[in-house]
Amino acid sequence: MRRMIAVLLENEAGALSRIVGLFAQRNYNIETLSVAPTEDVNLSRLTITLRGDDAKLEQIIKHLNRLIEVLKVADLTDGEHVERGIMLIKVRAEGASRAEVKRSVEIFKGRIIDVTPRMYTIELVGSADKFSAFMATLEKRSIVEVVRSGLAGISRGEKALIV
Amino acid sequence: MSKDSAELMAQKANQEVQNESPVKALVPERLSGGDMLLRALDDEGVEFLFGYPGGQALHIYDAIFRQQRIEHILVRHEQAATHMADGYARATGRTGVVIVTSGPGVTNTITGIATAYMDSIPMVIISGQVPNNQIGTDAFQETDMVGVSRPIVKHSFLIKSAAEIPVAVKKAFYIATTGRPGPVVIDIPKDMTDPNILFDYAYPKSVKLRAYNPSLKGHPRQIKKAVELLLQSKRPVLYAGGGVVQGNASDLLIQLAKRLNLPVTNTLMGLGSFPATDQQFLGMLGMHGTYEANMTMHHCDLVFAVGARFDDRVTNAVDKFCPDAQIVHIDIDPTSISKIIRADVPIVGLVDIVLKSIVQQVEKALSGALELPDYKEWWAQINSWRNAHGLDTDARLANLKNPKILPQQVILSLYRATQGKAFVSSDVGQHQMFAAQYYKFDEPRKWINSGGLGTMGFGLPAAMGVKIAFPNETVVCVTGEGSFMMNMQELSTCMQYGLAVKVICLNNQALGMVKQWQDMQYGGRHSASTYADSLPDLVKVAETFGHVGMRVEALAELDAAMDELFSEKNVNKLVILDVKVDPEEHVYPMAIKGGSMQDMILTRGESI
Repeated sequence: MRRMIAVLLENEAGALSRIVGLFAQRNYNIETLSVAPTEDVNLSRLTITLRGDDAKLEQIIKHLNRLIEVLKVADLTDGEHVERGIMLIKVRAEGASRAEVKRSVEIFKGRIIDVTPRMYTIELVGSADKFSAFMATLEKRSIVEVVRSGLAGISRGEKALIV
Repeated sequence: MSKDSAELMAQKANQEVQNESPVKALVPERLSGGDMLLRALDDEGVEFLFGYPGGQALHIYDAIFRQQRIEHILVRHEQAATHMADGYARATGRTGVVIVTSGPGVTNTITGIATAYMDSIPMVIISGQVPNNQIGTDAFQETDMVGVSRPIVKHSFLIKSAAEIPVAVKKAFYIATTGRPGPVVIDIPKDMTDPNILFDYAYPKSVKLRAYNPSLKGHPRQIKKAVELLLQSKRPVLYAGGGVVQGNASDLLIQLAKRLNLPVTNTLMGLGSFPATDQQFLGMLGMHGTYEANMTMHHCDLVFAVGARFDDRVTNAVDKFCPDAQIVHIDIDPTSISKIIRADVPIVGLVDIVLKSIVQQVEKALSGALELPDYKEWWAQINSWRNAHGLDTDARLANLKNPKILPQQVILSLYRATQGKAFVSSDVGQHQMFAAQYYKFDEPRKWINSGGLGTMGFGLPAAMGVKIAFPNETVVCVTGEGSFMMNMQELSTCMQYGLAVKVICLNNQALGMVKQWQDMQYGGRHSASTYADSLPDLVKVAETFGHVGMRVEALAELDAAMDELFSEKNVNKLVILDVKVDPEEHVYPMAIKGGSMQDMILTRGESI
């Protein structure tokens, strides 16, 4: 089962390596990861997505909490949440497929941010599902390069992960 | 890290610190980074540093030279420094402090740090590092200590500004000693200890880390539930581990066990937390645990786990573990709970605080309408197991006409000669299991061994650390020739500091535990586990290092040799007693792989 964990931690040298190291040591796989400072420059916020059952997730959360620099950990998939990532794709767009690709980009509310006679570079913002759905519209051979950011997640409603 | 963020960190560190009284702060002393380090250690109450000098630690070593309050013990190998600090910490409950240089100095400490980490031992490791402006350049003797040690420390600090040193020391000791204790590294680049750059020195009285709140009392509702389960259960067992020793909760464990007449078993790490000579004690449990302890676990209806972590050497096959039992699990570390075995009643808290409230609630229940539970049938069952296959039932041990000395007989003789009062350290292997089985520890902190990591080479330096803390107590290292040779260079350190440790080597001329497994599971093919034709004469080894060596080869001489070892004339001497034991002896009982806790091989005759 896919999970999304949000972590608030001290913005200190080495703190991120402890988190990444923990996943390696305990044999947990990170699917996506994003990290940046919050409104408080002393704090960083991570969003991690991974796959695992309840027992595994419970252990991961406990282990994260055990790290000295970690302030808060939440399982965003425990409730309603919003997630966003960004994907940049360079695709071959020539002949008949050129218009087809452009249409797909419009349907998915993406943007074409760079154009050459043979290629489009497309920007897409959204969830992991949206990215996979868009990728499915492209012919596999036409894809030249894909860059995806880690996902950033936040819970819906008034629930908040704060210190 | 940018300069800005370094300043930010220093600012933040200062905010977290409640400084000494303002009067004192008015005239701050001006000290260099190296001197601040030593002063901070002194202010923290450190008495001993175990270490080895080298280039990047030389400023610090000069600061050591220029002070008198802390004694530095020079080892012969950095690994031994960590084990000494570890032994010191286990015996005293205080933090062991190690100091080494960069590069090979720190990489040599890794085994010792991992050993302390696995057994939750409070330790602070101070390491020299190349100067800040050389970090990352593959400088001479540069190793990323924070990176290399990261998976085996509770926390670590890399000093980026010398002004942080006192706060980092305070934080390191605070983190190492509170919650689930563990090792903490402070990596100090050489420029941070420059004797020519001075700072205002003030040692913080306390520190607060907003993300770290280690003092937990346990959830009251869970505690209530645990007490209810305990009082309702018909076949309970107390399963107590190293947490009871580390958490200084032995008295409360005894109180609880005595009040309800509960059977008690200890993990390897928990030995001594409940008196082994007490009738309620079932012995150690697990892979080489006693028959009665493992049978009691398997057939109980309540496992009351205190400061134990359901290690794989305890549980055997997890899906067959204690099929009829509910599990109460008390531990300071939430990650230990429901990691291996799902707890029905998880209690996260300091064992002494939790046990205290459990004892109080039991008292309260018993003073009310509730009658004292009657475990008559349960005890009858346990005693029948004990009488059938307990360790005492091994008739071979009483046979004084054996042609060869059984290793168990050496431990029994040691127990007799020391009246069960010695500190006993061990290395890892068969001798460790024999010591754990046959030396009856009645007090906590007397049994010093590497349980979690299983570090060969631990025994001698650990015993040395104990001896430094308790110079007037009897300190014995039970070892095997394999383990002993891993750190025997420390015999030289013992000479330098007059450490009169007694080393008892159960010499079977082989890596006994490896050989045992090869006998049992690999058709007796002794792959790389024997070396009988190339072993040194340990008596001569002792003498070469300036100590006393003795050898025993016949059972008839054993008791006399043991008495001589502990006689008045040897009180101030390190003595190695090399005992030639039967190399064919195996450790039993032994859990059958993949079975439940009741599945054990009891004697050599049985096959799997």
